[in-house]
Amino acid sequence: MISKLTAYSALVGLLLFAAPAAAQDKDQANTIHEEAHLDTHSAGAPTTQEHAEDSHESHAEHSEEHGHAEFVPASDTEGRKSVVKKTVEHHLADSYEFHIVGPVGFPLPVILYDNGLKVFSSAEFHHGESVAEVDGEYYMVHHSKIYKTDAEGNMLKDEAGHHIKPLDFSITKNVFMIILMSVFMFFLFRGVAKTYQNSLVPSKAGRFLEPLIVFIRDEIAIPNIGEKHHKRYMSFLLTVFFFIWFLNLVGMTPLGVNVTGNIAVTVSLALMTFFITQFSGKKDYWMHIFWMPGVPVLLRPVLAVIELIGLVVKPFSLTIRLYANMLAGHVVIMSILGLIYIFASYTAAIPFTGLTLFLYVLELLVAALQAYIFTMLASLYFGAAVEEHDHH
Amino acid sequence: MEIPTIVGAGLIVIGAGMGIGRIGGSAMEAIGRQPEASGKIQTAMIIAAALIEGIGFAALFAA
Repeated sequence: MISKLTAYSALVGLLLFAAPAAAQDKDQANTIHEEAHLDTHSAGAPTTQEHAEDSHESHAEHSEEHGHAEFVPASDTEGRKSVVKKTVEHHLADSYEFHIVGPVGFPLPVILYDNGLKVFSSAEFHHGESVAEVDGEYYMVHHSKIYKTDAEGNMLKDEAGHHIKPLDFSITKNVFMIILMSVFMFFLFRGVAKTYQNSLVPSKAGRFLEPLIVFIRDEIAIPNIGEKHHKRYMSFLLTVFFFIWFLNLVGMTPLGVNVTGNIAVTVSLALMTFFITQFSGKKDYWMHIFWMPGVPVLLRPVLAVIELIGLVVKPFSLTIRLYANMLAGHVVIMSILGLIYIFASYTAAIPFTGLTLFLYVLELLVAALQAYIFTMLASLYFGAAVEEHDHH
Repeated sequence: MEIPTIVGAGLIVIGAGMGIGRIGGSAMEAIGRQPEASGKIQTAMIIAAALIEGIGFAALFAA
């Protein structure tokens, strides 16, 4: 069953995502060699330029750093390394506009709370180049964060000497993608559920999704939680599985939407798991934490401390595992693509393109595997919480 | 003399790697002995590997 699942998902993922990726790799190699132009990733050229402008403090410094058309000669290995580093960082960071490719993209709403609610379009930042004026206050984007500035763009400081950041509730690229994915999943699964009203044979998307849903029920929920209680947790497990999996896959597209590689997102998912576990904890669960049965009485307080630490470590490890896996995958793929740009030769392009494609396929597997592991561990924790012992 | 954190992280990652390697190897052996239990063994293997991996990543982040 597992091998079947991975085979399916790898195949579908391959068809959907690897083909454009391969095309992109080729594009890239061509651009680099024909024009010696920087294009470390699909959206590399424009983003690097933007990023250089993003991170500038003054225009003078900017032109010093990267020259005009962000052209770095192939002999300048250090310069090229820093370009690659910036591109990678830019791709992993959240942003206030949805940038697709080249000049194509759209601004997203910025929502600030700073002496009252302020809502405006991120287009007012002009890709982070200029200061946005809202109701007499000035804001500016610096390293993907919004700071309060004066009219000239100098950052304001409070009494303690810290830069002032307004409370930020903006619909950033990641938030936008989460909302989009939620809506997509709602309609997808509602549609699938509807088809079962007419017949028990799945149709359309249900043909693909039914085996996955049954897999989560029969292989994850029932063995870990138990026949009696598993139904209550199915909705959460299914949602979490598909949410993580889909967002992982979207993260693999050249859009560069790194939602599951954002620690805030994984923390929220892990916290939900944590609270559901604690609130469904039965008598036996708390007994096993505070007064472990079956061990010498002297040992029980020691075990209680260890169990309490374990309580906190569980969501923490869920967070870090998902976050670090996705982040590491992205960094590795983009760094290897960046090597082509650093070496600037055809001989380097061929093996690195192949290696990237290989890692890409591996990442598609990891995308499914991480969703599976998160769901599996969540159901293990739920199972421990609702377990009833007939003992002693 | 102060030992840099990155060295400690490296040691932990070596340990985690060895641990996951052992889990994988043992799982292979177990499946070889009892092919009909391969599903259960795989699940247990993935869970154990994921837990160790968590330690590895925690070390990387500490560094």
